[in-house]
Amino acid sequence: MGMTHIVDRRLNGKNKSAVNRERFLRRYRHHIKKAVADAVQRRSITDIERGEKVSIPSRDIEEPIFHHGQGGNREVVHPGNKEFVTGDTVPKPPGGGGKGQGQGQASPDGEGMDEFAFQITQEEFLEFLFDDLELPNLARKKLKDTEAFKYVRSGFSTQGVPAKLDVVRSLRGAHARRLGLGGARKKKIRELEEQLAALKSAPDDLDPAFSHEDQIQILEEEITRLKANVKRIPFIDEIDLRYRQHLKQPKPATSAVMFCLMDVSGSMTQMHKDIAKRFFILLYLFLKKNYKKIDVVFIRHHTSAKEVDEEEFFYSRETGGTIVSSALKLMHKIIESRYSPAEWNIYAAQASDGDNWNDDSPVCGKLLADNILPLVQYFAYVEITPQDHQMLWYEYEKIQEQYPQSFALQQIADPGEIYPVFRQLFERKAA
Amino acid sequence: MTDIIDRPNAPDFEPPGTREPISTSSEWTFDLIRQYDEEIAKCAAEFGLDTYPNQVEVISAEQMMDAYSSVGMPVGYNHWSFGKQFLSTSKGYQRGQMGLAYEIVINSNPCIAYLMEENTLPMQALVIAHASYGHNSFFKNNYLFRTWTDASAIIDYLVFARHYVAECEERHGVDAVEEILDSCHALMNYGVDRYKRPAPISASEELRRQKEREEYQQRRLNDLWRTIPKMGDDDDPIHRKKRFPDEPQENILYFIEKNAPLLETWQREIIRIVRKLAQYFYPQRQTQVMNEGWATFWHYTLIHRMYEKGLVNDGFMLEFLQSHTAVVYQPPFDSPWYSGINPYTLGFSIFTDLRRICENPTEEDRHWFPDFADTNWVESLHFAMKNFKDESFIQQFLSPKVMRDLKLFSIQNDDQEDFYRITAIHDDPGYRILREKLARQYNLSYREPNIQVWNVDVRGDRSLTLRHIPVDRVPLGQETEEVLRHAHRLWGFDVHLESVDEGVVVEEYHCPPHEIEDD
Repeated sequence: MGMTHIVDRRLNGKNKSAVNRERFLRRYRHHIKKAVADAVQRRSITDIERGEKVSIPSRDIEEPIFHHGQGGNREVVHPGNKEFVTGDTVPKPPGGGGKGQGQGQASPDGEGMDEFAFQITQEEFLEFLFDDLELPNLARKKLKDTEAFKYVRSGFSTQGVPAKLDVVRSLRGAHARRLGLGGARKKKIRELEEQLAALKSAPDDLDPAFSHEDQIQILEEEITRLKANVKRIPFIDEIDLRYRQHLKQPKPATSAVMFCLMDVSGSMTQMHKDIAKRFFILLYLFLKKNYKKIDVVFIRHHTSAKEVDEEEFFYSRETGGTIVSSALKLMHKIIESRYSPAEWNIYAAQASDGDNWNDDSPVCGKLLADNILPLVQYFAYVEITPQDHQMLWYEYEKIQEQYPQSFALQQIADPGEIYPVFRQLFERKAA
Repeated sequence: MTDIIDRPNAPDFEPPGTREPISTSSEWTFDLIRQYDEEIAKCAAEFGLDTYPNQVEVISAEQMMDAYSSVGMPVGYNHWSFGKQFLSTSKGYQRGQMGLAYEIVINSNPCIAYLMEENTLPMQALVIAHASYGHNSFFKNNYLFRTWTDASAIIDYLVFARHYVAECEERHGVDAVEEILDSCHALMNYGVDRYKRPAPISASEELRRQKEREEYQQRRLNDLWRTIPKMGDDDDPIHRKKRFPDEPQENILYFIEKNAPLLETWQREIIRIVRKLAQYFYPQRQTQVMNEGWATFWHYTLIHRMYEKGLVNDGFMLEFLQSHTAVVYQPPFDSPWYSGINPYTLGFSIFTDLRRICENPTEEDRHWFPDFADTNWVESLHFAMKNFKDESFIQQFLSPKVMRDLKLFSIQNDDQEDFYRITAIHDDPGYRILREKLARQYNLSYREPNIQVWNVDVRGDRSLTLRHIPVDRVPLGQETEEVLRHAHRLWGFDVHLESVDEGVVVEEYHCPPHEIEDD
């Protein structure tokens, strides 16, 4: 019998089953996607960043094996007999089979569980949401990084990596050091040289007893020694090196306001609105990474516009025509009264099926160009329709030509087409 | 307080000592674990327990769940089913439904046992006694384990398997590998040789032979299928009727690995890996009652021995006994917690009673167990542990007293009757019947449907026919068609399954499914 070896394994092998979990999620991605889509519908757009419970029907998740079914003529031994004697008969409960006889497939948990439920993490939730939106990896990363920091210059340090070496500063330091170390000696050298020159230029005394020769020699030796000393001072020394120092600093604590504009006229179905919701969520997530405080303003409109809460925004229906400019006007009014562009970064997202009263579209264009775009960081428009464009689209196209940096538009028929609207925005903010 | 603690009889060879307890607090430290282990080892040596060297690993709850979900393989290949297992394990654990202390010990040399960091010291001692000395000695000495597993090679083999599967995923894609593994898992219980002894597995050997197999297999396959269209054979009626294989084959995965016409080499290799693992776990499936009973008997006996020596105090024993009692609790058949016979209870009861029969036999015992009454109990228990599996162990050692204590009875459920019939109870006329019925319940080929490879239509459509021999008219379960789809994926051609009861086909399954036939 050998000695027992006792090992502390607690520190290694953590999260060993991460790959198996990933495989599991991958296999059931359709179920999870659906759960995520349901959650997106159910949740507020400001409440996207947390995990979600997912249920999968047990029959979809079973690993089948050959086993015995019900029926036949079987005998099973059980414990805990109380009053039975051999030959007793016990009527079977009505409805056939009766209780299982412990042979086959009783579920390990006892009671019938027809759902396999588990929790996905916030990270996984977003990943599935982004899959739905077909977000490229770079954009995902930007949205998911929970810590939004920026690096700011914070002076200089004597330690660092070569890439951060500040040459000017280092050389300046070296120069100062050389001055500091060599200055006194150089001064002495200058003095001695003056003396030497004086001696040399002095008329030679005839009396060799008063000759300057040995004096000159002493001076020259001293000067040579001092010069050698000075020469040994290194041109640049390790202590001269200066590195630029950067500190992680939380992103500026500025505020942003996000306007959600949506057409709720009769032609916008719930399906349209669900796609619009994803569009708003994406903008919200983006803003959340860049701003500390975000206000969300919901403006819905048909022939007239109204500021409403989120619930009413997504889930109540209206009938009738469409005048888009009413929403733009209201937005402008709200900006003027509550969100001064000096203090707020203003973003807007507009969703519509493209319908507008024809005479109104030029009005919209003008409103955007003259009143709104000068005030906002970014205005994104999606037209949720597979049909041909109407007047509003062409009007907006003109706007985009004028303001390619702050205006984007896209026609979409499914959520995967939303992202391109934001591409520019993500790229611009990448820096 | 000591009154409530039931002391087994101390062995004669060492007088009870009056030493100081090793510790009095229930907090563990590595040093204390070492001390307990040393003392448990001494006690185990007194009783002649023969073990592999031990490796005790302290792990976190999360790691324990990891170990659980990979069916106790310390290194496993990646598969979604292990992820699923982890999710349900952690759910149960978080709800507090599950203690995680007992189960995991690896049949390897050295024998690896896990201690969970959050357990108290008495629990750690219990697990060490149970796993590192109980299970360990069982692994090393039971004939099934000696015959079918190679404890020194398993870890290396698992590492080999993990790398091989990962490599296949890289080459052929995760989906393709997952498909094969899914199908193999579906047939895993039919990937064992029950009678033939397989070559022991070893990783280096495996690597070397894998290359050879690649060439050999293809050649062999070609030979099999080349004989197919040979003209002239068809004229010979005897030859024509000959089945392939000649004899029914119980190892379905092996048969597929060697004979499926279309599989690629890497796919055959993966079948082989799953088959080897099934074979490795096969003894465990056949010795659950014995193995757990043995380990439970020894944690009980060893810790009591420590108590006699004064190495543990009353507080320790109370906590220990509380855990022990929970382990061997057997709810009666009509309890809402009843889920069959608890293997810990049954095994522990039989071993404990066998010791009693050896030491203090009654007239009944002398009649039932003439070979064991008044023998050295340590030797007799070792004999029982070494030479049996659950079925034969119960048949041999289940005593009338245990049947009475557990109040066993047997009930017949015939689907052609409107009532259940009590066929035997724990009384004189019932003992032998009960023992036989219970033993049969632990026969693997009774627990699982008996399905074997019956025929391949070598000359025709290459279809594979499996044959199910029902026992007691019990039909196959609902998942049968699903499993058949997996068999079909591996075989590559039609797969048929027929249930044949006394020469009559009572049920047929086909994949792809047959349309309603009109003959």
